[in-house]
Amino acid sequence: MSITIAKSLDLKGLSCPLPIIKTAKAMKELAPGELLEAFATDPGAVPDFKAWAQTTGNPLVESGESGGVFHFVLRKKEI
Amino acid sequence: MAAEVVILGGGVGGTIVANLVAKKSSGRANVTVVDATGIHVYQPGFLYVAVGKEQPSALQRSETSLLRDDVSLVVDRAARVDTSARIVQLDSGRTLSYDQLLLATGSRTVMDEVPGAKDAHDFYTMEGAIRLFEALKGFDGGTIVIGVAGIPYKCPPAPVEFVFLLDDYLRGRGIREKTQIKLLSPLNRAFTIEATSKLVQPILAERGIELTGFFNVESVDPIAKTVTSLEGETVEYDLLVLVPPHRGQQVIEDSGLGDERGWVPVDKNTLRHTKLDRTWAIGDTTNIPISKSGSVAHYEASVAAAEIVAAVKGEAAPAHVYDGKVMCFLETGQGQATTIRFDYDHPPVSPAPARRWHWAKALFNKTYWHTVPQGRLP
Repeated sequence: MSITIAKSLDLKGLSCPLPIIKTAKAMKELAPGELLEAFATDPGAVPDFKAWAQTTGNPLVESGESGGVFHFVLRKKEI
Repeated sequence: MAAEVVILGGGVGGTIVANLVAKKSSGRANVTVVDATGIHVYQPGFLYVAVGKEQPSALQRSETSLLRDDVSLVVDRAARVDTSARIVQLDSGRTLSYDQLLLATGSRTVMDEVPGAKDAHDFYTMEGAIRLFEALKGFDGGTIVIGVAGIPYKCPPAPVEFVFLLDDYLRGRGIREKTQIKLLSPLNRAFTIEATSKLVQPILAERGIELTGFFNVESVDPIAKTVTSLEGETVEYDLLVLVPPHRGQQVIEDSGLGDERGWVPVDKNTLRHTKLDRTWAIGDTTNIPISKSGSVAHYEASVAAAEIVAAVKGEAAPAHVYDGKVMCFLETGQGQATTIRFDYDHPPVSPAPARRWHWAKALFNKTYWHTVPQGRLP
Protein backbone atom coordinates (compact mmCIF):
# COMPACT_ATOMS: atom_id res chain seq x y z
CA MET A 1 0.00 0.00 0.00
CA SER A 2 1.33 3.39 -0.77
CA ILE A 3 0.19 6.56 0.88
CA THR A 4 0.77 10.04 -0.41
CA ILE A 5 2.12 12.51 2.05
CA ALA A 6 1.05 16.09 1.34
CA LYS A 7 3.64 17.63 3.64
CA SER A 8 6.66 16.44 5.58
CA LEU A 9 8.07 18.21 8.63
CA ASP A 10 11.54 17.82 10.08
CA LEU A 11 11.19 18.60 13.79
CA LYS A 12 14.38 16.86 14.87
CA GLY A 13 16.31 18.65 17.60
CA LEU A 14 13.32 20.77 18.60
CA SER A 15 12.03 20.45 22.12
CA CYS A 16 8.53 20.57 23.48
CA PRO A 17 6.25 22.35 22.67
CA LEU A 18 7.75 23.50 19.35
CA PRO A 19 7.04 20.23 17.47
CA ILE A 20 3.32 20.53 18.27
CA ILE A 21 3.14 24.20 17.34
CA LYS A 22 4.92 23.70 14.02
CA THR A 23 2.64 20.74 13.32
CA ALA A 24 -0.48 22.72 14.17
CA LYS A 25 0.65 25.47 11.78
CA ALA A 26 1.40 23.00 8.97
CA MET A 27 -1.91 21.14 9.43
CA LYS A 28 -3.80 24.39 8.83
CA GLU A 29 -2.42 24.49 5.29
CA LEU A 30 -3.66 21.01 4.38
CA ALA A 31 -6.97 20.12 2.73
CA PRO A 32 -9.30 17.71 4.59
CA GLY A 33 -8.11 14.12 4.24
CA GLU A 34 -4.54 15.03 3.32
CA LEU A 35 -1.66 13.51 5.27
CA LEU A 36 1.19 15.15 7.11
CA GLU A 37 4.26 13.32 8.33
CA ALA A 38 6.58 14.61 11.02
CA PHE A 39 9.95 13.47 12.39
CA ALA A 40 10.97 14.44 15.92
CA THR A 41 13.64 13.49 18.45
CA ASP A 42 12.05 14.84 21.64
CA PRO A 43 10.57 11.81 23.49
CA GLY A 44 7.89 14.14 24.87
CA ALA A 45 6.54 14.41 21.32
CA VAL A 46 5.05 10.89 21.55
CA PRO A 47 2.39 11.60 24.19
CA ASP A 48 1.98 15.16 22.88
CA PHE A 49 1.15 14.04 19.31
CA LYS A 50 -1.30 11.42 20.59
CA ALA A 51 -3.06 13.91 22.83
CA TRP A 52 -3.05 16.66 20.19
CA ALA A 53 -4.61 14.28 17.62
CA GLN A 54 -7.29 13.23 20.08
CA THR A 55 -8.10 16.77 21.23
CA THR A 56 -8.22 18.37 17.80
CA GLY A 57 -9.89 15.45 16.00
CA ASN A 58 -7.13 15.06 13.40
CA PRO A 59 -6.43 11.30 13.48
CA LEU A 60 -2.92 10.03 14.15
CA VAL A 61 -2.80 7.29 11.53
CA GLU A 62 0.76 6.12 12.07
CA SER A 63 3.49 6.49 14.65
CA GLY A 64 6.76 4.74 15.31
CA GLU A 65 10.41 5.06 16.22
CA SER A 66 13.61 4.17 14.45
CA GLY A 67 17.13 5.00 15.59
CA GLY A 68 15.96 7.57 18.13
CA VAL A 69 13.77 9.40 15.62
CA PHE A 70 10.01 9.34 16.21
CA HIS A 71 7.74 9.63 13.22
CA PHE A 72 4.07 10.47 13.06
CA VAL A 73 1.48 10.63 10.30
CA LEU A 74 -1.60 12.76 10.87
CA ARG A 75 -4.68 13.02 8.68
CA LYS A 76 -6.39 16.38 8.42
CA LYS A 77 -9.93 16.01 9.69
CA GLU A 78 -12.97 16.33 7.46
CA ILE A 79 -14.90 19.54 8.12
CA MET B 1 48.71 44.98 26.23
CA ALA B 2 45.31 44.44 27.77
CA ALA B 3 42.67 42.63 25.70
CA GLU B 4 39.48 44.46 24.79
CA VAL B 5 36.45 42.56 26.09
CA VAL B 6 33.17 43.98 24.82
CA ILE B 7 29.86 42.88 26.28
CA LEU B 8 26.65 43.77 24.47
CA GLY B 9 23.80 44.05 26.97
CA GLY B 10 23.66 45.11 30.62
CA GLY B 11 21.07 42.62 31.78
CA VAL B 12 21.69 39.93 34.36
CA GLY B 13 24.03 37.85 32.18
CA GLY B 14 26.10 40.70 30.73
CA THR B 15 26.51 42.39 34.11
CA ILE B 16 27.72 39.28 35.96
CA VAL B 17 30.17 38.38 33.20
CA ALA B 18 31.54 41.95 33.08
CA ASN B 19 32.19 41.95 36.83
CA LEU B 20 33.70 38.46 36.87
CA VAL B 21 35.99 39.05 33.89
CA ALA B 22 37.23 42.36 35.33
CA LYS B 23 37.85 40.69 38.70
CA LYS B 24 39.56 37.55 37.41
CA SER B 25 41.63 38.74 34.47
CA SER B 26 44.38 40.25 36.67
CA GLY B 27 44.32 43.56 34.83
CA ARG B 28 44.80 41.93 31.45
CA ALA B 29 41.38 42.92 30.11
CA ASN B 30 39.60 46.22 29.52
CA VAL B 31 35.95 45.35 30.00
CA THR B 32 33.28 47.49 28.32
CA VAL B 33 29.52 46.97 28.63
CA VAL B 34 27.31 48.47 25.91
CA ASP B 35 23.72 49.00 27.00
CA ALA B 36 20.99 50.91 25.20
CA THR B 37 19.49 52.49 28.33
CA GLY B 38 22.07 52.26 31.11
CA ILE B 39 19.23 51.13 33.37
CA HIS B 40 19.31 47.60 34.78
CA VAL B 41 15.81 46.17 35.01
CA TYR B 42 14.82 43.22 37.19
CA GLN B 43 12.36 41.63 34.80
CA PRO B 44 10.96 38.90 37.12
CA GLY B 45 9.24 41.75 38.96
CA PHE B 46 6.97 42.66 36.00
CA LEU B 47 4.55 39.97 37.14
CA TYR B 48 4.03 41.79 40.44
CA VAL B 49 3.77 45.24 38.83
CA ALA B 50 0.95 43.84 36.69
CA VAL B 51 -1.13 43.04 39.78
CA GLY B 52 -0.11 46.12 41.77
CA LYS B 53 2.15 44.29 44.22
CA GLU B 54 5.36 46.05 43.23
CA GLN B 55 6.36 49.58 42.27
CA PRO B 56 8.13 49.95 38.90
CA SER B 57 10.86 52.05 40.55
CA ALA B 58 11.82 49.10 42.80
CA LEU B 59 12.79 47.09 39.71
CA GLN B 60 15.30 49.54 38.23
CA ARG B 61 18.78 50.71 39.13
CA SER B 62 21.49 52.44 37.18
CA GLU B 63 23.78 49.92 35.51
CA THR B 64 26.88 51.78 36.74
CA SER B 65 25.84 51.15 40.35
CA LEU B 66 26.04 47.39 39.67
CA LEU B 67 29.32 47.34 37.75
CA ARG B 68 32.78 47.31 39.29
CA ASP B 69 34.67 50.57 39.01
CA ASP B 70 37.09 49.03 36.51
CA VAL B 71 34.30 48.15 34.04
CA SER B 72 33.35 50.85 31.49
CA LEU B 73 29.74 51.42 30.53
CA VAL B 74 28.78 52.87 27.16
CA VAL B 75 25.13 53.92 27.01
CA ASP B 76 24.34 53.48 23.34
CA ARG B 77 22.64 50.90 21.15
CA ALA B 78 24.84 48.42 19.32
CA ALA B 79 23.76 48.70 15.69
CA ARG B 80 25.97 46.18 13.93
CA VAL B 81 28.85 43.81 14.59
CA ASP B 82 31.53 43.34 11.95
CA THR B 83 33.03 40.00 12.96
CA SER B 84 35.84 40.03 10.41
CA ALA B 85 37.14 43.47 11.47
CA ARG B 86 36.10 42.74 15.10
CA ILE B 87 34.28 46.04 15.45
CA VAL B 88 30.97 46.97 17.04
CA GLN B 89 29.23 49.96 15.48
CA LEU B 90 27.04 51.99 17.80
CA ASP B 91 23.97 54.09 16.94
CA SER B 92 25.89 57.27 17.75
CA GLY B 93 28.42 56.45 15.03
CA ARG B 94 31.09 55.49 17.54
CA THR B 95 32.89 52.15 17.06
CA LEU B 96 34.43 49.74 19.56
CA SER B 97 37.12 47.20 18.69
CA TYR B 98 37.13 43.90 20.50
CA ASP B 99 39.33 40.89 21.09
CA GLN B 100 36.56 38.95 22.85
CA LEU B 101 32.85 39.57 22.41
CA LEU B 102 29.93 38.48 24.58
CA LEU B 103 26.43 38.72 23.11
CA ALA B 104 24.06 39.23 26.04
CA THR B 105 21.43 41.29 24.28
CA GLY B 106 18.49 39.13 25.39
CA SER B 107 15.14 38.96 23.68
CA ARG B 108 12.50 41.44 22.56
CA THR B 109 8.77 41.06 22.26
CA VAL B 110 6.96 41.50 18.96
CA MET B 111 3.22 41.55 19.64
CA ASP B 112 2.55 43.01 16.17
CA GLU B 113 3.45 39.63 14.64
CA VAL B 114 0.04 38.43 15.86
CA PRO B 115 -2.76 39.74 13.60
CA GLY B 116 -5.18 41.92 15.58
CA ALA B 117 -3.21 41.73 18.85
CA LYS B 118 -1.78 45.26 18.82
CA ASP B 119 -3.77 46.31 21.89
CA ALA B 120 -3.62 43.03 23.79
CA HIS B 121 -2.12 43.29 27.27
CA ASP B 122 1.11 41.68 28.38
CA PHE B 123 3.43 41.57 31.39
CA TYR B 124 6.67 41.08 29.45
CA THR B 125 7.79 44.70 29.42
CA MET B 126 7.61 47.37 32.11
CA GLU B 127 5.22 49.45 29.96
CA GLY B 128 3.06 46.37 29.39
CA ALA B 129 2.91 45.52 33.10
CA ILE B 130 2.00 49.10 34.09
CA ARG B 131 -0.69 49.29 31.40
CA LEU B 132 -2.10 45.91 32.43
CA PHE B 133 -2.44 47.00 36.06
CA GLU B 134 -4.22 50.17 34.94
CA ALA B 135 -6.67 48.01 32.97
CA LEU B 136 -7.20 45.66 35.92
CA LYS B 137 -7.97 48.59 38.22
CA GLY B 138 -10.75 49.60 35.86
CA PHE B 139 -12.04 46.04 35.45
CA ASP B 140 -15.19 45.13 37.31
CA GLY B 141 -16.09 41.66 36.12
CA GLY B 142 -16.23 39.58 32.93
CA THR B 143 -13.85 37.16 31.23
CA ILE B 144 -10.08 37.51 31.43
CA VAL B 145 -8.23 35.34 28.93
CA ILE B 146 -4.51 34.57 29.15
CA GLY B 147 -2.92 32.99 26.07
CA VAL B 148 0.46 32.18 24.53
CA ALA B 149 1.19 33.69 21.11
CA GLY B 150 4.68 32.36 20.48
CA ILE B 151 7.35 29.94 21.62
CA PRO B 152 9.95 30.36 23.04
CA TYR B 153 9.04 33.05 25.56
CA LYS B 154 10.70 34.28 28.75
CA CYS B 155 10.01 32.38 31.95
CA PRO B 156 7.86 29.39 30.90
CA PRO B 157 5.82 29.22 34.15
CA ALA B 158 4.99 32.96 34.14
CA PRO B 159 1.49 32.64 32.60
CA VAL B 160 0.57 30.12 35.33
CA GLU B 161 1.98 32.38 38.04
CA PHE B 162 0.09 35.30 36.55
CA VAL B 163 -3.30 33.56 36.73
CA PHE B 164 -2.70 32.64 40.37
CA LEU B 165 -1.70 36.22 41.26
CA LEU B 166 -4.65 37.51 39.24
CA ASP B 167 -6.99 35.21 41.19
CA ASP B 168 -5.60 36.69 44.45
CA TYR B 169 -5.99 40.22 43.12
CA LEU B 170 -9.61 39.71 42.04
CA ARG B 171 -10.50 38.06 45.37
CA GLY B 172 -8.92 40.99 47.19
CA ARG B 173 -11.17 43.36 45.27
CA GLY B 174 -14.23 41.21 45.85
CA ILE B 175 -14.91 40.70 42.13
CA ARG B 176 -13.64 37.14 41.69
CA GLU B 177 -17.17 35.73 41.58
CA LYS B 178 -18.03 38.07 38.71
CA THR B 179 -14.90 37.07 36.76
CA GLN B 180 -13.97 34.05 34.70
CA ILE B 181 -10.25 33.36 34.29
CA LYS B 182 -9.30 31.27 31.25
CA LEU B 183 -5.74 30.06 30.68
CA LEU B 184 -5.05 28.93 27.12
CA SER B 185 -2.03 26.64 26.91
CA PRO B 186 -0.05 25.51 23.83
CA LEU B 187 -0.01 21.94 25.19
CA ASN B 188 -2.57 19.74 26.92
CA ARG B 189 -1.25 20.80 30.32
CA ALA B 190 -0.63 24.02 32.25
CA PHE B 191 2.81 24.57 30.67
CA THR B 192 5.73 22.69 29.14
CA ILE B 193 7.07 20.98 32.27
CA GLU B 194 4.97 17.91 32.95
CA ALA B 195 5.86 17.24 36.60
CA THR B 196 5.13 20.82 37.66
CA SER B 197 1.97 20.95 35.53
CA LYS B 198 0.64 17.92 37.43
CA LEU B 199 1.30 19.75 40.66
CA VAL B 200 -0.41 23.02 39.69
CA GLN B 201 -3.38 21.75 37.68
CA PRO B 202 -5.40 20.66 40.75
CA ILE B 203 -4.73 24.11 42.26
CA LEU B 204 -5.97 25.81 39.06
CA ALA B 205 -9.15 23.70 39.30
CA GLU B 206 -9.55 24.46 43.00
CA ARG B 207 -9.34 28.22 42.32
CA GLY B 208 -11.87 27.96 39.48
CA ILE B 209 -9.34 28.84 36.76
CA GLU B 210 -10.31 27.21 33.48
CA LEU B 211 -7.48 25.55 31.54
CA THR B 212 -7.88 25.03 27.78
CA GLY B 213 -5.20 22.83 26.19
CA PHE B 214 -3.73 22.87 22.69
CA PHE B 215 -4.70 26.47 22.13
CA ASN B 216 -1.89 28.13 20.18
CA VAL B 217 -2.94 31.73 19.65
CA GLU B 218 -3.00 32.64 15.97
CA SER B 219 -5.00 35.85 15.77
CA VAL B 220 -7.18 38.29 17.65
CA ASP B 221 -10.33 40.07 16.56
CA PRO B 222 -10.32 43.20 18.75
CA ILE B 223 -13.79 44.30 17.54
CA ALA B 224 -15.56 41.01 18.28
CA LYS B 225 -13.24 40.52 21.28
CA THR B 226 -12.27 37.00 20.34
CA VAL B 227 -9.00 35.12 20.13
CA THR B 228 -8.53 32.22 17.69
CA SER B 229 -6.07 29.32 17.80
CA LEU B 230 -4.07 27.55 15.11
CA GLU B 231 -6.19 24.55 16.04
CA GLY B 232 -9.29 26.48 14.93
CA GLU B 233 -10.95 27.23 18.27
CA THR B 234 -12.28 30.68 19.19
CA VAL B 235 -12.64 32.10 22.70
CA GLU B 236 -14.36 35.34 23.76
CA TYR B 237 -12.76 37.80 26.17
CA ASP B 238 -13.39 41.07 27.95
CA LEU B 239 -9.73 41.55 28.83
CA LEU B 240 -6.99 39.77 26.89
CA VAL B 241 -3.48 39.11 28.18
CA LEU B 242 -1.05 37.50 25.74
CA VAL B 243 2.46 36.20 26.03
CA PRO B 244 3.87 38.00 22.97
CA PRO B 245 6.09 36.29 20.39
CA HIS B 246 9.78 36.82 21.18
CA ARG B 247 12.80 37.35 18.91
CA GLY B 248 16.48 38.07 19.37
CA GLN B 249 17.57 41.72 19.23
CA GLN B 250 17.80 43.71 16.02
CA VAL B 251 21.61 43.94 16.18
CA ILE B 252 21.85 40.13 16.09
CA GLU B 253 19.55 39.92 13.07
CA ASP B 254 21.18 42.86 11.27
CA SER B 255 24.68 41.43 11.79
CA GLY B 256 23.74 37.89 10.72
CA LEU B 257 24.86 36.46 14.07
CA GLY B 258 21.78 34.34 14.71
CA ASP B 259 19.10 32.14 13.16
CA GLU B 260 15.93 33.33 11.39
CA ARG B 261 14.44 34.48 14.74
CA GLY B 262 17.66 36.15 15.87
CA TRP B 263 18.71 33.47 18.39
CA VAL B 264 22.47 32.98 18.48
CA PRO B 265 23.71 29.40 17.93
CA VAL B 266 26.13 28.39 20.69
CA ASP B 267 27.57 25.19 22.10
CA LYS B 268 25.20 24.25 24.92
CA ASN B 269 28.08 23.56 27.34
CA THR B 270 30.76 26.16 26.50
CA LEU B 271 28.44 28.92 25.18
CA ARG B 272 30.87 29.58 22.34
CA HIS B 273 29.33 30.70 19.06
CA THR B 274 29.16 27.63 16.83
CA LYS B 275 30.66 29.44 13.82
CA LEU B 276 32.60 32.45 15.11
CA ASP B 277 35.83 32.67 17.06
CA ARG B 278 36.20 34.98 20.05
CA THR B 279 32.42 35.16 20.41
CA TRP B 280 30.10 33.85 23.15
CA ALA B 281 26.44 34.33 23.95
CA ILE B 282 24.38 33.75 27.09
CA GLY B 283 20.87 34.00 28.49
CA ASP B 284 17.86 34.68 26.29
CA THR B 285 20.25 35.55 23.44
CA THR B 286 21.13 31.92 22.61
CA ASN B 287 19.31 29.22 20.67
CA ILE B 288 19.83 26.60 23.43
CA PRO B 289 16.47 24.84 23.91
CA ILE B 290 16.14 25.56 27.62
CA SER B 291 14.18 28.18 29.52
CA LYS B 292 14.72 31.80 28.64
CA SER B 293 15.09 33.14 32.17
CA GLY B 294 17.35 35.18 34.40
CA SER B 295 18.29 32.03 36.26
CA VAL B 296 19.78 30.48 33.12
CA ALA B 297 21.76 33.65 32.34
CA HIS B 298 22.94 33.68 35.96
CA TYR B 299 24.21 30.08 35.90
CA GLU B 300 25.73 30.48 32.44
CA ALA B 301 27.57 33.66 33.39
CA SER B 302 30.34 32.00 35.41
CA VAL B 303 31.05 29.63 32.50
CA ALA B 304 31.16 32.43 29.90
CA ALA B 305 33.35 34.53 32.22
CA ALA B 306 35.82 31.67 32.76
CA GLU B 307 35.94 31.04 29.01
CA ILE B 308 36.65 34.71 28.29
CA VAL B 309 39.27 35.01 31.06
CA ALA B 310 41.07 31.93 29.69
CA ALA B 311 41.03 33.45 26.19
CA VAL B 312 42.37 36.76 27.53
CA LYS B 313 45.19 35.03 29.36
CA GLY B 314 45.94 32.66 26.48
CA GLU B 315 45.21 29.67 28.70
CA ALA B 316 43.42 26.43 27.87
CA ALA B 317 39.62 26.54 28.00
CA PRO B 318 38.27 25.84 31.48
CA ALA B 319 36.94 22.40 32.40
CA HIS B 320 33.88 23.95 34.04
CA VAL B 321 30.98 23.86 31.59
CA TYR B 322 27.31 24.83 31.73
CA ASP B 323 25.26 21.76 32.66
CA GLY B 324 21.85 23.16 31.77
CA LYS B 325 20.98 24.12 35.32
CA VAL B 326 17.71 25.99 35.77
CA MET B 327 16.13 26.95 39.07
CA CYS B 328 13.02 29.03 39.36
CA PHE B 329 10.18 29.84 41.68
CA LEU B 330 6.54 29.54 40.74
CA GLU B 331 3.93 31.47 42.74
CA THR B 332 0.78 29.42 43.28
CA GLY B 333 -1.15 32.27 44.93
CA GLN B 334 -2.54 32.70 48.47
CA GLY B 335 0.99 33.26 49.76
CA GLN B 336 2.43 29.97 48.56
CA ALA B 337 4.94 28.97 45.88
CA THR B 338 6.89 26.01 44.58
CA THR B 339 10.24 25.70 42.81
CA ILE B 340 11.39 24.02 39.60
CA ARG B 341 14.92 22.63 39.30
CA PHE B 342 16.51 20.68 36.47
CA ASP B 343 19.52 20.41 34.21
CA TYR B 344 20.45 18.64 30.97
CA ASP B 345 20.64 15.27 32.72
CA HIS B 346 17.96 15.55 35.40
CA PRO B 347 14.25 16.03 34.73
CA PRO B 348 12.39 18.81 36.51
CA VAL B 349 11.27 18.32 40.10
CA SER B 350 8.97 20.53 42.15
CA PRO B 351 8.14 20.31 45.86
CA ALA B 352 4.56 20.73 47.13
CA PRO B 353 3.63 24.45 47.26
CA ALA B 354 4.44 26.01 50.62
CA ARG B 355 4.72 29.42 52.26
CA ARG B 356 8.51 29.12 52.61
CA TRP B 357 9.02 29.12 48.83
CA HIS B 358 6.93 32.27 48.50
CA TRP B 359 9.12 33.94 51.13
CA ALA B 360 12.28 32.59 49.52
CA LYS B 361 11.21 34.16 46.23
CA ALA B 362 10.38 37.48 47.91
CA LEU B 363 13.76 37.43 49.68
CA PHE B 364 15.61 36.63 46.46
CA ASN B 365 13.81 39.47 44.66
CA LYS B 366 14.97 41.93 47.35
CA THR B 367 18.55 40.71 47.78
CA TYR B 368 19.11 40.34 44.02
CA TRP B 369 20.65 43.80 43.76
CA HIS B 370 23.43 43.04 46.24
CA THR B 371 24.30 39.50 45.22
CA VAL B 372 23.56 38.45 41.65
CA PRO B 373 24.98 41.19 39.38
CA GLN B 374 28.24 41.18 41.35
CA GLY B 375 28.63 37.44 40.80
CA ARG B 376 28.45 36.78 44.56
CA LEU B 377 25.89 33.96 44.25
CA PRO B 378 27.40 30.96 42.45
